[in-house]
Amino acid sequence: MKSLGSIRRSFAPWNDPQARPYISFQNVTKRFADFTAVNNLSLDIYEREFFALLGASGCGKSTLLRMLAGFETPTSGRILLDGQDLSGIPPYKRPVNMMFQSYALFPHMTVEANIAFGLKQDGMPKAAIAERVAEMLKLARLEQFAKRKPHQLSGGQRQRVALARSVAKRPKVLLLDEPLGALDKKLREATQFELMDLQQDLGLTFVVVTHDQEEAMTMADRIAIMDKGQVMQVATPAEIYEAPASRFVADFVGSVNLLEGKVASRTGNSVVISGGSGAQISVENAGEAAPGAEVAFAIRPEKIRVSSKPPAEGHLNAMQGEVWDLAYLGDMTVYHIKLDDGQVVKASALNSARISDDPLTWSDRAWISFAPDAGVVLTR
Amino acid sequence: MSQASAATRGGNVSAGQKTNGGTILSAILSRLVIIVPYLWLLVLFLAPFAIVFKISMSETTIAMPPYRPVFDWADGLAAFWGNLKQLSLENYLWLVDDPLYFNAYISSVTIAGISTFFALLVGYPMAYAMSRAPSSMRMGLLMLVILPFWTSFLIRVYAWIGILKPEGLLNQFLLWVGIIDTPLQIMNTNTAIYIGIVYSYLPFMVLPLYATLEKLDYSLIEAAQDLGSPPIAAFWKITFPLSLPGVVAGCLLVFIPAVGEFVIPDLLGGSTTLMIGKTLWTEFFGNRDWPVASAVAVILLLILVVPMMFFQRAQARAQEQER
Repeated sequence: MKSLGSIRRSFAPWNDPQARPYISFQNVTKRFADFTAVNNLSLDIYEREFFALLGASGCGKSTLLRMLAGFETPTSGRILLDGQDLSGIPPYKRPVNMMFQSYALFPHMTVEANIAFGLKQDGMPKAAIAERVAEMLKLARLEQFAKRKPHQLSGGQRQRVALARSVAKRPKVLLLDEPLGALDKKLREATQFELMDLQQDLGLTFVVVTHDQEEAMTMADRIAIMDKGQVMQVATPAEIYEAPASRFVADFVGSVNLLEGKVASRTGNSVVISGGSGAQISVENAGEAAPGAEVAFAIRPEKIRVSSKPPAEGHLNAMQGEVWDLAYLGDMTVYHIKLDDGQVVKASALNSARISDDPLTWSDRAWISFAPDAGVVLTR
Repeated sequence: MSQASAATRGGNVSAGQKTNGGTILSAILSRLVIIVPYLWLLVLFLAPFAIVFKISMSETTIAMPPYRPVFDWADGLAAFWGNLKQLSLENYLWLVDDPLYFNAYISSVTIAGISTFFALLVGYPMAYAMSRAPSSMRMGLLMLVILPFWTSFLIRVYAWIGILKPEGLLNQFLLWVGIIDTPLQIMNTNTAIYIGIVYSYLPFMVLPLYATLEKLDYSLIEAAQDLGSPPIAAFWKITFPLSLPGVVAGCLLVFIPAVGEFVIPDLLGGSTTLMIGKTLWTEFFGNRDWPVASAVAVILLLILVVPMMFFQRAQARAQEQER
């Protein structure tokens, strides 16, 4: 993953004002009888991007994907693909292909025939079809299963057939609806990397819908966090995690402590937040939070230090409390510290030594501390 | 240690006996369960068939019953053998000699085949529409398909006379609209028989088709469209092949009873319409020639056994595919 990150480090067309978006949702709304699935949503996706739509079920992410594929028509707004307005173009004429959550393999056709289906529809010459199918079978490591029917394959093999079938036509965009949802955990992890390699090798634009944040974080260049038919934030996985734009995003991705308070004072880019019981938190790079504003201070558990001793003199953010609960997970220990003002804060500590020199257990008095740049101030 | 192992073995033996007793009982029970359908088949199908088969090889007489020889348990074994020797295949030869029967078979199969085709043509779109209807409506639509069964079959066929006759509802309507100037002669033609059979047997076509189409995963059709198939191509490449088990079941459920149909050709068909059901009726009740009538029935059965076997094999294949 590291190496991949470094290969792709320079890939950030969304930061380039000159770059033209490849897929563009413009004020798209989709209403069903009594339910608004997508609400005035605008979103740009760039060529060769691995883009993830992440959200809980019913947030509108699948509807968005189905509108891109042509199975649903937007109630209002428009969708552009490579500058072309897609409205009125039926699914069978769109240069996008979809990998279905259920795989939707044709049960009466062999693996080979499934992969060749789209190519035959395009009237490709027979020899070219055979060549492409062979190439796809090789890519998906399915050579020895070419003559089998889908019901004779394992779950992982079916997933690869579905993938091979959807990329066989070399679509401009590949849409993946929960591509790994039906696989078990081990297989899912291996397949995540296969998908990333495939996307790199073929140079395609991938739009993947998932409810699994780990999956989205691993694979995607950018993630759109969706809720109630709207995009809450679009950013790279690291930005989403370290600089969430709202309480919802911070809470949705990973584990977080949200400490509510008011901005007491502001000097330059730093603010002091005072909590309900008078505890003060100093934050650097606090964004645009004005004095007096109701804000939440969001800090991830791993950025909080837990100790039985008070931190060194002059440390800005330190609070005292009691170990309320703890969970030993092997690689780390998660503490729930009940602060003296009654708030419970989650903190995790890496177990870097086999035997800790500062063991904490239930009901011990403990100090938590964190750096002024360890968390973010959220106004929304 | 040896004691312990002996004890264990002893325990095992007694446990084994117990399970053996249970197995024997459950084996007998499971045999009994299997025997029931065989008994059913024997009493209600094979025994009557044997009787009909025997009559078909008898000779007709003016007596009661109207055939000879008559087997009687009281006569003893010698008489039985004597009677057995009197049986012959003469009636079957008679069927071959007279082209009437051959033509009746051919015409029955043709009429049943054409009717089945039209029933499929009408029934498939109905079943398809039902399977795509909102799930809250499906039960109601299904009821509508079954609803005609609540009225007597005979009355419903009679009703068609009122619709199809020269001064009937259909002709009156067409004359009123101005499509025709003279009434169409539909009554007493093969067309009337087709209409009657298609109407009467449509539920048997629609129900198995609906059952297969309803199970069809709609994402398969979306996938076909996604891969470049316009809706009509997607239908012929995905929907239709996957509904074939239903098509075969529906066609056989219409075709098999239609071949032997008697009421519909008798009421709606003309005097020249040859159908084996009518021939059978005439032989039994008109000519009182039970042996020839029985021979006709046996041959009819043989004609129908072939598609039935085909049906069973198709069903077995469909089950295989589902697994």
